[in-house]
Amino acid sequence: MRERDDDLSQCVEECEIAVTVNGNRHEHTVPVRLLLSDFLRHELHLTGTHVGCEQGVCGCCTVLFNGEAVRACLMFAVQADGMAITTIEGMAGVNSELHPIQQAFREKHGLQCGFCTPGIIMSVHAMLHEHPDPTEEEIRHELSGNLCRCTGYQNIVEAVKLAAERLRLQHMEVE
Amino acid sequence: MATRWFGAPVQRLEDPRLLRGRGNYVDDIDLPEMLHAAVLRSTQARARIVSIDASAAWSLPGVHLVLTAQDLGEVLEPSPLLVPHAALTQPRTQLPLARDTVRYVGEAVALVVADDRYIAEDALDLIDVEYESFPVVHSLEVASITDGPLVHDDVPGNVAAHLAQTVGDPDSVFASAPHVLHETLLIDRGAAMPMECRGIVARWDAQDSMLTCWISTQGPLPIRNGLAAIFHLPEHKVRVVAPDVGGGFGTKIMMFYPEEVLIPFVAMQLGRPVKWIEDRREHFISANQERSQLHEVEYAFDDAGILLAVRDTFLHDTGAYAPYGIIVPIITACTLPGPYRLRHYSSEFTVLYTNKVPVSPYRGAGRPQAVFVMERIMDRIASELHLDRLEVRARNFISPGEFPWDVGLVYQDGGPTKYDSGDYLAGLDKLKVLLDYDTFPALQAQARSEGRYLGIGVGAYVEGTGIGPYEGALVRVESDGRVFVSTGVTTQGQAHITTFAQIVADQLGIAPDDVMVSTGDTQAFNWGVGTYASRAATVAGSAIHIAAVKVREKAKMVAADLFEAAPEDIELADGKVFVRDAPHRALTLGQVAISSNPLRYAYGENARTLMSMKLAGPRPGPALPEERGGPGLEASGFYSPPHGSFASGIHGAIIEVDPVTCNVTFVKYAAVHDCGRVINPMVVEGQVHGGVAQGIGGAFFERLVYDEEGQIINASFMDYLLPTAAEVPSLLVDHVETPSPLNPLGVKGAGEAGVIPVPALFASAIDNALAPFGIRIREMPLHPSRLYELLRDAKDKPAL
Amino acid sequence: MKPPRFRYCSPRILDEALVLLDQYGEEIKILAGGQSFVPLLNMRLAAPAYIVDINHISELHYFETEPDYLAIGAIARQRQVERSVLVQEKHPLLVEVIKHIGHMQIRNRGTVVGSIAHADPAAELPALLTCLDGEVLAQSMHGERVIKAKDFFAGYLSTTLEAGELLTEVRFPWLARQAGWSFIEFARRAGDYALVGAMAVLTPALDDTCMSANIAYFGVAGSPIRARAVEQVLIGTQLDAHTLDAAAGAARDVVGEDMQDVHATVEYRRELASELTRRVLKQAWARREQLEGAQ
Repeated sequence: MRERDDDLSQCVEECEIAVTVNGNRHEHTVPVRLLLSDFLRHELHLTGTHVGCEQGVCGCCTVLFNGEAVRACLMFAVQADGMAITTIEGMAGVNSELHPIQQAFREKHGLQCGFCTPGIIMSVHAMLHEHPDPTEEEIRHELSGNLCRCTGYQNIVEAVKLAAERLRLQHMEVE
Repeated sequence: MATRWFGAPVQRLEDPRLLRGRGNYVDDIDLPEMLHAAVLRSTQARARIVSIDASAAWSLPGVHLVLTAQDLGEVLEPSPLLVPHAALTQPRTQLPLARDTVRYVGEAVALVVADDRYIAEDALDLIDVEYESFPVVHSLEVASITDGPLVHDDVPGNVAAHLAQTVGDPDSVFASAPHVLHETLLIDRGAAMPMECRGIVARWDAQDSMLTCWISTQGPLPIRNGLAAIFHLPEHKVRVVAPDVGGGFGTKIMMFYPEEVLIPFVAMQLGRPVKWIEDRREHFISANQERSQLHEVEYAFDDAGILLAVRDTFLHDTGAYAPYGIIVPIITACTLPGPYRLRHYSSEFTVLYTNKVPVSPYRGAGRPQAVFVMERIMDRIASELHLDRLEVRARNFISPGEFPWDVGLVYQDGGPTKYDSGDYLAGLDKLKVLLDYDTFPALQAQARSEGRYLGIGVGAYVEGTGIGPYEGALVRVESDGRVFVSTGVTTQGQAHITTFAQIVADQLGIAPDDVMVSTGDTQAFNWGVGTYASRAATVAGSAIHIAAVKVREKAKMVAADLFEAAPEDIELADGKVFVRDAPHRALTLGQVAISSNPLRYAYGENARTLMSMKLAGPRPGPALPEERGGPGLEASGFYSPPHGSFASGIHGAIIEVDPVTCNVTFVKYAAVHDCGRVINPMVVEGQVHGGVAQGIGGAFFERLVYDEEGQIINASFMDYLLPTAAEVPSLLVDHVETPSPLNPLGVKGAGEAGVIPVPALFASAIDNALAPFGIRIREMPLHPSRLYELLRDAKDKPAL
Repeated sequence: MKPPRFRYCSPRILDEALVLLDQYGEEIKILAGGQSFVPLLNMRLAAPAYIVDINHISELHYFETEPDYLAIGAIARQRQVERSVLVQEKHPLLVEVIKHIGHMQIRNRGTVVGSIAHADPAAELPALLTCLDGEVLAQSMHGERVIKAKDFFAGYLSTTLEAGELLTEVRFPWLARQAGWSFIEFARRAGDYALVGAMAVLTPALDDTCMSANIAYFGVAGSPIRARAVEQVLIGTQLDAHTLDAAAGAARDVVGEDMQDVHATVEYRRELASELTRRVLKQAWARREQLEGAQ
């Protein structure tokens, strides 16, 4: 047994990682089995990323991992070493003004209990980055990776439409 | 008093925080030295615990405590029966940890406290429980078998309760009725599935002898009172807070869930804060469920389609325990008559124990079942008499002149089932417009000629809301002019922070932004019950209104003294207080608040300005004149409704059924809703949207399936199918407003409404779509595979 | 729902991973996208002693066009393939199939090869590989072997991969230029595993009869099923109504006797298999390219 352990010496139970979250670099030593969702919530105290099923279905824990929407409950913190993550806390502007997506959710009453909301906003952010002008059907299809139990989705869909419109305008102004 | 905010679609005050990820849900609370708990749950549905060996768990590094029933001492008491009832002759409630018998898969057997949740779960794997298993009562059918297996050895026939109520003389009516029909109707189990599971953080502060618990609950005050009793603490030394709650839908109004006793217990024992967060797998087997009922209903009607009498007998599955008494079946019995002029009705139900997760109200709470039964009856009458389905309903509606209408039954709160107001025909007419009802037959015919099967369905309901006993609130103007409001009810997404602020803002002439509402903190408000039964806006909202009116009157009194004017000449508007004819010389509400509190020193801008104004000095005599009743602009208000107020609605949908795959899609969905006066239409519509989505889940997607061993075989989000944005249609919503005469605001509850008629209208629409095959839906929820069987059977049957 | 204890490493080069696998294959689980594996860990349905994370082995991060097939390396994400303009153009069926896998958040992380290795009989990609007679490349310390799809899937969540072998590449053959294809699955919700899924690739001959047919199903048995019996019905026909009836009838037999679960009975799955067969055949045939000189 001892020999085998030696051979597998590169296999560790704890690991030092350096992760950039919302632009800030964090260095931590973590157990390798620590889920990324738990790392964000309980080590970095970024509790806006919620946990609803730990099975990759509900979407509450969705964050941007190197710009792509992923389930934080299906990754280990150690896998985030050297990577860049954006969470809901990184969405608002420097002066803390709401991001146009967040603003649209407020105006259209796209949230009720608010538990699924951060994950949905991160997904929508990724969606609109890729499809700036989605149809309602596309919005509904893309939203299907996030469960909401309060809103019936209707106002979320309306919020996404509004956000898309504003982001397109913003984009045009920049150009 | 002119209202400015009441009725306006005010944007929610809670949103900016939640949108930034700055909510404060239980699992977001992180205390120094905190430990983490995990619960070992029974893997057996009916078994004797032969032995528990926890020695390996104890010796795992990082484990602080392993508890089994024998370690609980006097805390090992069954949970209180929340709502006793004379008909509940065999009440049984759960122990915090099972002692020697387990009665459902998921029942708590042991608790581990460790450095973190990961280690706690490692320890659970090391606890060895030996069970001796017995045959399982896995269905109502098995529960009813004579001399069959028993959930509780001392409860013969598994019968927890039996209740019969009769209105009028149904037997005589049946004897002479022109038409009598009978149906067997089944509704199966579902669950609320809030996105946030349950959770608790408990902290014992030995120095202060103070227990603080943050619980994801809908009823912190009753839990506070209960914990104080269990742990022999003064009530003011127990603080229970429901912080942000990620959805409740009834499943979080239960008390006590075992963990609500266990976690404070271990926090006190260890002297360190302890957190327990229910994971989704646990939630499926340990958070209460609902819906399962089997109805045998007989009904009599005349040639014009007038419903003459109903005899309904049903079995209600309460699971392994009956913590909530017989509230759910009582609501079913009282909801069944619906908006119809039913003068002869008998209802009889039997509540049976089964080896399943306990039952307590889930949004709708017995109503979707009742509405399913009654609306099936209405559709059948229409079909028997070849009448239009809406026409039959219209003929049977109670008319606006007939209110108050006494159904004749005792409601869940012990009061009468007495409809306070309504206009059901107005709702039906609006629904017809939204659905384009009259042109549907042409649309349907056209589709059928293309081999497509469209169907239209409707469901009408009356919903008892806003029941007692009471709620209360405190309203206090702070020195900066902002207003603090606290109430005992909680909020789980219903926007109470906003709607309550709207109520106060109107009375005090300020903007809702300047109202700070605290809900669900027992230290902020000591009285009340909780958020359930669509009652927060009605009961707590009325209490808040009453308190705000008192504060307004006091502000006028104080300002009148300062301005040397009469109180009735004082106005409050735009945050200012002034004499009606002299608005230029105004005080801010904060300044009046400062003046109402005779202090030697006052701080801040408001106070300095106040002193610089040439206002009347204090009158001779005591600094606090008797008639002011105390310092400050502060008042409490309480509201106790005479009985529930009855909201109503009618929904309709056009669906398309694929006759081969038996998939069903929504083409159109319309909801007309009457919750009396609407405080915030944006919020009410949001409640309807969400309710309907949950209803669609309960009609076509969500079905908890127990096998013969009592195991839920689809206990995950992979297989218990919450509808997504791709399955739920956009709704057309319209309102009818018949104000409730029972409360000062004229409001009725809105929270549960959306879910109630969906199974009924879904069945109605499928019958209609597949009418060429003579199908009749008698069960809910459906799913395509089941619909396939029903359709196959209908096709195999000789044509009617 | 927290994963059990394990030890972890993330080699940078393939050989390192292969050395570990060679010596401790039985105790090691490979972590690629993790979208099926991590839920199993969280539910403690899997408890490997060691996890070897291959996400940093950059030599496995590719998809390349070969003369006969599209080769996809072990850590190419499903979404990368889905988004690739090249793949969209040259293998639209693969893109269509990938779009039906879970949700975009899952596909952002999930790998094509991982889905094949997981061998879920209800999953889309194993069925596609079966449908197209594709191949996989397994590498070990002792060399490599190419395994045909039909020899790779070995029942529910199992494959013929041997201890010490790592699945490094999957090869999806190109479709003939004139072939028509279709992919349809019946799932309860957007993104769910299908109750039944079917796909067809039909290649017309010069006389516009069906020259070759590749028909496969998923969600119908312990492994994805290539339906030779259905294919035989089609060869030489022009997919007239009679042929479609016969094919739809033959498709019922692909559903295994034990395919009853909470969502569907065997009989219902047979009905779905039959109906989806009609639908994919009609659509695939309509998409074929009629060859010059054909009537």
